[in-house]
Amino acid sequence: MRSNPADYELVAPGSLQAVVSLLAERPGEWLPIAGGTDVMVQYAAGNLPARKLVSLWNLPELRSIETSESEVRVGAGCTYTDLREHLVVEREFPLLAKAARWTGGIANQNRGTLGGNIANASPAADSLPALLVYEAELVLVSARGERRVPYLDFHTGYRKTRLASDELIRAVCLARRFADYFSYARKVGARNAQAISKICIAGLGEMAGGRIEDVRIAVGSVAPTPLRLQQTERILQGKPVDAVLILKACEIARGEIRPIDDIRSTAAYRSAVVGNLVAEFLHGLRDSGRSA
Amino acid sequence: MNTPRARCEISFTVNDEHRTVLAFPMERLLDVLRERLGLTGTKEGCGEGECGSCAVLMNGALVNSCLVPVLQAQEAKIVTIEGLGQQCRFPALQQCFLECGGAQCGICTPGMILAAWHLLNQNPQPDLEEIREALAGNLCRCTGYVQIWEAVAEAAVRGNRG
Repeated sequence: MRSNPADYELVAPGSLQAVVSLLAERPGEWLPIAGGTDVMVQYAAGNLPARKLVSLWNLPELRSIETSESEVRVGAGCTYTDLREHLVVEREFPLLAKAARWTGGIANQNRGTLGGNIANASPAADSLPALLVYEAELVLVSARGERRVPYLDFHTGYRKTRLASDELIRAVCLARRFADYFSYARKVGARNAQAISKICIAGLGEMAGGRIEDVRIAVGSVAPTPLRLQQTERILQGKPVDAVLILKACEIARGEIRPIDDIRSTAAYRSAVVGNLVAEFLHGLRDSGRSA
Repeated sequence: MNTPRARCEISFTVNDEHRTVLAFPMERLLDVLRERLGLTGTKEGCGEGECGSCAVLMNGALVNSCLVPVLQAQEAKIVTIEGLGQQCRFPALQQCFLECGGAQCGICTPGMILAAWHLLNQNPQPDLEEIREALAGNLCRCTGYVQIWEAVAEAAVRGNRG
């Protein structure tokens, strides 16, 4: 049943400092809301347990993309549209730009934020495999100060993260060293726009002298969290890509995931498709080495 | 347990008119537009951001008004389908929807038009792929979409003639 707005409090303190002070007073009591593309859906369905919300929408401290020589720092409040329109993101982090284009439709891309996608921690979120392969770092902020943590182990379980109850995600930092990598992304779903993925994948790699110099693969919707396929990556490292290696990689990848049957797909389908996508990525990676 | 919260004053511009309403901050912009301001051109389809029929422009950006708590529209500039009707380039777009059969039952139409308007403002000469992508967040259960894409393509052609 629909929620009654009279039961909910929403405040918009207007500055990052004011928001973190509010969170510090009673950690865990306030639920941050940015563009509302997840929170308002729960609210509409009457499934939002939090009764007190604090708005992060348009906080200027969270809404910029800054570039330095070594990294791109994306404010957590940047929308998918902000990501799509940023030239450096488009050029050097195409997996993130692509995921931004595949998330929702234009109206949701104008509201949904990168920080919200991370904090909402859905295993099906389209942008998260990209952040895993780029080995993003998160800047977390609270009244206690800032800390920088690797994104790789940020998700600790289904919809669980390392974010403390008084903390916010402030920014996502991406090292600018992948511009020359081969990159590969696929979203498998009923359709690209709006539909939630049955499986999504991001692959990043580099060949040198006919061998895999560096390789990263991450998948969504096939485990309780977005997942880096680290065992698969380990057996690929340093090897020339041939048919036997591809078969082996697909087998290990299928062993690393923990897919389930749900309304969108089945475990068996997800497992088969992850194998196929890993194979497609490796074919592309091999060919990228030939043309280089 | 659920003590009723206080209403707050929301001031914003709706279709170039300054409006102030007293609303609960978590009221949906959609409900405020329809029920408090009587702007029923904005439709509710799914109520969960999937169908685009409640789309409006907020500070120039296309948004689903069912997902906007009205407090976040404080001081914003909102344009609904009623406001688009006052724009000089609007009749051409409307005419194209009529001529191409881009509207049937009409529930998705205001959102489709807003999405098309938003696209043509940013990209006056979109190709079919761009039109399809721009409207992909708007669901229509009548037309099969083709007539809608044709309407937008035709509006682009006419827009550039004028």
